[in-house]
Amino acid sequence: MSAATTSFPNASPAWDLPSRGKVAMAGLIIAESAIFTIFVVAYLFYLGKSLTGPTPREVLETPIFYTICLLSSSLTIHFAAKSLERDYTRLFLGLWLLTIALGGAFLYGTAQEWHRLIFEHGLTISTNLFGTTYYSLVGLHAFHVTAGLIMLLAVAICGFAGHMGVSQSSRVAVLSMYWHFVDVVWVVVFTVVYVLGR
Amino acid sequence: MSSNAITIPGAQIEARPWVDELHLWLTTVDHKRLGILYILSALLFLLIGGVEALIIRIQLMHSHNNFVSPEVFNRMFTMHGTTMIFFVAMPVLFGFANYLAPLMIGARDMAFPRLNAFSFWLSFLGGLLLYFSFLGGSGLYGAGSAPDVGWWSYAPLGARAFSPGHSSDYWTLALLVSGFGSIGTAINIIATILCLRCPGMKINRMPLLVWMNLVMAGMVLLAITPLSAAQIMLLIDRYLGGHFFDTQAGGSAVLWMHFFWIFGHPEVYVLIIPCFAFMSEIIPVFSRKPIFGYPVMVAATVCIGFVSMSVWAHHMFTIGMNSYANSFFTLTTMAVGVPTGIKIFNWIGTMWGGRIQFKTPMLFSIGFLFQFLIAGLTGIMMAASPFDWQLSLSYFVVAHFHYVIVGGILFALFAAFYYWYPKMTGRMLSERLGKCHFWLFLIGFHLTFDVMHIPGVLGMPRRIYTYEPGRGWDTLNLIVTIGAFIQALAILVFLANLVISYFKGAQAGNDPWDAWTLEWSIGSPPPVYNFATVPTVASRRPLWDLKHPEDPDSHYE
Repeated sequence: MSAATTSFPNASPAWDLPSRGKVAMAGLIIAESAIFTIFVVAYLFYLGKSLTGPTPREVLETPIFYTICLLSSSLTIHFAAKSLERDYTRLFLGLWLLTIALGGAFLYGTAQEWHRLIFEHGLTISTNLFGTTYYSLVGLHAFHVTAGLIMLLAVAICGFAGHMGVSQSSRVAVLSMYWHFVDVVWVVVFTVVYVLGR
Repeated sequence: MSSNAITIPGAQIEARPWVDELHLWLTTVDHKRLGILYILSALLFLLIGGVEALIIRIQLMHSHNNFVSPEVFNRMFTMHGTTMIFFVAMPVLFGFANYLAPLMIGARDMAFPRLNAFSFWLSFLGGLLLYFSFLGGSGLYGAGSAPDVGWWSYAPLGARAFSPGHSSDYWTLALLVSGFGSIGTAINIIATILCLRCPGMKINRMPLLVWMNLVMAGMVLLAITPLSAAQIMLLIDRYLGGHFFDTQAGGSAVLWMHFFWIFGHPEVYVLIIPCFAFMSEIIPVFSRKPIFGYPVMVAATVCIGFVSMSVWAHHMFTIGMNSYANSFFTLTTMAVGVPTGIKIFNWIGTMWGGRIQFKTPMLFSIGFLFQFLIAGLTGIMMAASPFDWQLSLSYFVVAHFHYVIVGGILFALFAAFYYWYPKMTGRMLSERLGKCHFWLFLIGFHLTFDVMHIPGVLGMPRRIYTYEPGRGWDTLNLIVTIGAFIQALAILVFLANLVISYFKGAQAGNDPWDAWTLEWSIGSPPPVYNFATVPTVASRRPLWDLKHPEDPDSHYE
């Protein structure tokens, strides 16, 4: 496009607009929040309405260690994005891999919990209302962690290929917005499922 | 604006082989082409949904009619509702938003052109998936069947026991897929409007169409997603043995209704707000006056956006909520009428004292004003929960919401077609056929939907396959059916006008209506790059400033 501008009368030249990536990610986060809200409402609505066991009080254990893993990954991705802005590429890559490791640990924790629930307590998604709502709410969150990890891995691969620099920092900032969102959702899910729900 | 054209080698219009042309359309990421694709796909589904409506009307023409079987009748009203909302109204409005929003804010394209194409194909293929149910609904054991559980698929109708085979799955997946498309488009519209405005296009200078589409996109983010969530739950119930809506395992059928209507009612405003947007552009131009009360219009739109999120349970007065819930939803529903009334007041304020030109777009706009007012008034009637207990689930309700959707949304859309068709194709739509279309459609519309209120008051329930003679419904239903056929005839005139004018219409030129927003400053149809030079604006009516340098709007804003 040509740099010259057609001036309508009395136009003021100064112009500053928000970044489209951040605005779009904010839009996605609003939409995702609405989806999670519906699942959380269903979970709360059906609390204690299961006709058969097992109940949350009997089988759920609070996953404190894995929660700390996920929440601290928000810190590491924040500092990773900051270090990329200052062009500390190696520091960025280290923190980024740490983020992936923490996110992976969280997923492992979820998998372990599900394994225990299914094989020790016989709780599946079709057992009772608790099973249905629990697996779908926690599963929806785990799905978002998985999607986030895939994107983080893609960035890590680009990093090893030497493509990550200051020029990519705004994209990484958008991705880290998503990761923070996934963490905040976990705070809500944790509160609902493991604190209020027992 | 003769300076506003540049020549790019290879970009000139030249005859291509049709395969190349088709390839270009299928792979395009241009917001103008995608906008037109959205509109064309919506017109295709409009024809299909219209035929379904005619089948319903023929069946109800007189008592004890056997035109179709009860099973087919159920499929027809399910498919008619689903098609018209998800694959006609949403795509056509997204199409106009896609086409117009970037042009009106002086942008080159949408913020994410490829996401835009992806969203369109999701929504279109969602529609095809829905219609594939006619073939594959029973799981391909020979004859298939379409979904037959109503467009809301109330629990437990959607459960495996009551909806065997795959017909409900096609319905669920079609809505889920097209819902993701809608979310993509909404994010795209928001990012485009917030991030790609041309210099000087401050948020309080954006054309009202852009403002209202911004609010609409925001509402899509909050309204479509609950439906997607509910569809995921339904899929879990149907395929993984979940119990969300399984009453025998303690699940709640009412929860499905809540989730559906948390989507369903804001959806009405998602559809009507872009129509308000058309009115806010068309009425000023044909009244030769700037819009009356721009800030109030914006405030009223945002207000509708918020209030309409808290009115959904007025669809559920008859299921037996407690009196607090009934009062709350009665009050919020009546409250949403206030900002809507402000808008009607402002459009009339715009026309008041203007030099009104009765071109076809203005005729449809005036039709919209009257009909939308009546539709709103029957809405206020039913917002009173005791009144709703009497008339809910009757043809009065059917008449009310068709008054909104046909008398409001469709009339506004026709106005938009006649107004922007010259910009999209470079040719004017025929005024003669347009007036013929308007009067035929107006007569057909009132014959159908004015009369339809009466059998509702006389007690005729919705969704019935047929009825006994001697209840005073026969003649009324016959009139309604005749009206439906007159509307169908008018639609054919409209489609003929679209086709004939494309080849034979008068050349439109850049600015056939002497309008004031940026899209009229460039060629018709606009060049692929939209603006040869980035425009800089100083007021809400940049073209007025350009045409009247001695008295620009920017002096007064």
